[in-house]
Amino acid sequence: MTNILLAILFLPILSAAAITLFTLRRPTVSAGISIGSSCLTFILSVLLYRGAVSQGLPLEISFTWLSVGALSVELGFLVDRLSLLMLLVVTGIGSLIHIYSRGYMQGDPSNSRYFSGLSIFMFSMTGIVLANNLLMIFFFWEMVGLSSYLLIGFWMSKPSAADAGKKAFLCNRIGDTGFLLGIIILWGTLGTLGFSQINSLLAANPAALGSWTTLVGLLLFCGVVGKSAQFPLHVWLPDAMEGPTPVSALIHAATMVAAGVYLLARAFSIFALPAAWPESLAWFNFSALEAVAFTGALTALLAALIAVQQNDIKRILAYSTLSQLGYMVMAVGIAYPVAGMYHLTTHAFFKALLFLGAGSVIVALHHEQNIWKMGGLLKRMPITFFTFLVGTLALCGVPPLSGFFSKDAIIAQAFSKSTCLGTISVGVAFLTTFYMGRLFFVAFMGKARSQSAEKSQETPPVMTYPLILLAIAAVFAGFWNVDTWMMRHYGLEPESAGWFAKLLYPFEHAPMAALVSLAAVVCGAVLAFKLYYNAKQDVLPSQLGSVARWLKDKFYLDELYENTLIWCQDKFALVCDKFDRWVIGGALVGTVYHGVDLVGRLWRLSQTGSVQTYAAIFVFGFVVLAYWVVNW
Amino acid sequence: METFESFLTIGLGHYLTVSVILFCLGVLGLLTRRNLIVVYMSLELMLNAANLALVAFSYFNKSLDGQVVVMLVVTIAAAEVAVGLALIVSLARKKLPVWVNDLNKLKY
Repeated sequence: MTNILLAILFLPILSAAAITLFTLRRPTVSAGISIGSSCLTFILSVLLYRGAVSQGLPLEISFTWLSVGALSVELGFLVDRLSLLMLLVVTGIGSLIHIYSRGYMQGDPSNSRYFSGLSIFMFSMTGIVLANNLLMIFFFWEMVGLSSYLLIGFWMSKPSAADAGKKAFLCNRIGDTGFLLGIIILWGTLGTLGFSQINSLLAANPAALGSWTTLVGLLLFCGVVGKSAQFPLHVWLPDAMEGPTPVSALIHAATMVAAGVYLLARAFSIFALPAAWPESLAWFNFSALEAVAFTGALTALLAALIAVQQNDIKRILAYSTLSQLGYMVMAVGIAYPVAGMYHLTTHAFFKALLFLGAGSVIVALHHEQNIWKMGGLLKRMPITFFTFLVGTLALCGVPPLSGFFSKDAIIAQAFSKSTCLGTISVGVAFLTTFYMGRLFFVAFMGKARSQSAEKSQETPPVMTYPLILLAIAAVFAGFWNVDTWMMRHYGLEPESAGWFAKLLYPFEHAPMAALVSLAAVVCGAVLAFKLYYNAKQDVLPSQLGSVARWLKDKFYLDELYENTLIWCQDKFALVCDKFDRWVIGGALVGTVYHGVDLVGRLWRLSQTGSVQTYAAIFVFGFVVLAYWVVNW
Repeated sequence: METFESFLTIGLGHYLTVSVILFCLGVLGLLTRRNLIVVYMSLELMLNAANLALVAFSYFNKSLDGQVVVMLVVTIAAAEVAVGLALIVSLARKKLPVWVNDLNKLKY
């Protein structure tokens, strides 16, 4: 079992090393190595799943990595229901996207660099998934940040791509600072970072963290906010679409951005503690989970609103990802991580599908990303058309596709917790259907809106087969018992149900929520159809005026950051620069330097070069010494 | 009377006085003369002044230690003269001056 775990973790990094060291000039071989390693990782993960289930869960293997005095740092693997689910999602979708990349990146001169980046990402992501303690998660957390940076800026000669990479890295860094602080406080108070130890400590004594409780939760949540692109650090994700489309699908839609949700689910016992603040901050008086829930809801709403007025196909999907991530985070926030992980799984399938479909269209239209220059793709690209349709319906939550079940689980729970959150989540469901309908009607239906759209052709099988496989998963993932699997992880006993009963379950369990969200979906679809079917241009800007402009310009958040935070930071940097230049460099270092220089110049005068001068000084010195010796 | 007699009887003090006078002459020559060879000779004078003092101490203290040191000094002086004269000869061969105040390449 340990061997399989080690192989799963290290195969990708070995392939990355092999590609970087030996096959940089041979794109085909590099692609082969990378695809082979990821597929092998998937097969090994399935083996691990079978082995672990038959052996009994959870399974923990840990070893001491370094020990200094009383401090010992452990690394290890934790195989339980949560990590197995995530591992299968990551390696499965990862393998499909590797294969798809072979087609998408065909002919790119830096093909090998691309595949080695993907392999580094797979290594880091499996590291996060398998880690049994927060420190190890943090290491790999940083490494996914790095691989994300490398792949967003893959076309680094393009300034916008290089900037987007930097932006993503910096936003993540802000979040990770909080994350690291949280880890340190946790280590200081509990003395351990292992998840199973933390869980048992907190189960025995929920007040073990004392007045730090809520603060630790919020600091750990900072990491989530950065990685899963929640408000207010969400600004990096839409820009990250500068990377190649398969990267957007794998890293910025299906897996890496979901790592935040995974962390929330993993460390749920910390977040779920009742509120406890230090004396001086007691007036805050909200718990970590409430903050998580409202951040998620706000992100979901904000991103869905912005998505309504975007015209770049990948940006619409990026905002949609943000909005769905908001759903997942909110699901954990309303104390129902089961639904969060459920939605993570189904979303990974259909959002990867949507991105890959978009990538297929982009390739067919020679790198055209504006939806108003597409259209009429049913005849020309049937496979892409139908798989994209499946993805759209799943995302909108049309029963019986997978998205319906997971989204309904969240909405129902949101209504049972607070009407406000419930209303927001239904509103987001409506907006989701509306903007996805807009995207679909404009980009795929109607007449071809440009020359390249008229001449488009279906992409090669290496790209369409992953689409078909993902479409199958997007349709049926609702029946794969992901929710019951996760319920058992959190110690809940699910009601066993057959296929048909599963389909009816949302309507029996919480009929209000299910019907309302279905109504929202229908409304959104009808409205999108009315406005955008065969539309020549977007009618919203003329009808909504400044509101549409605010949506299109993302509520001017980027500009706001530019003019406040970045402005302050620039000014602060300027002051620091001046201080360094004039006070430290000038007054302090300068005094020492010029002083030494002056003394040196003076003393130099004593070097006359004449031996007799030296002899005279020597004699004088000797006389002084002799006098001193004799008289004292 | 007694002091006059002891003044006339050659003793350690006389030797040391001569030694000091020789040494001071050597130092003066070393510091003031410009010709390298004369400077060398002054140096030898200083060494020999020290030798004189050492031999005198050796005689009056009834110990041979001082003379041993003298042997050492003589040896070193010989070696030093060998090196020094060789330098002077090579300077002269290159038609360079042998005046001390002209040899000031080490000046700042």
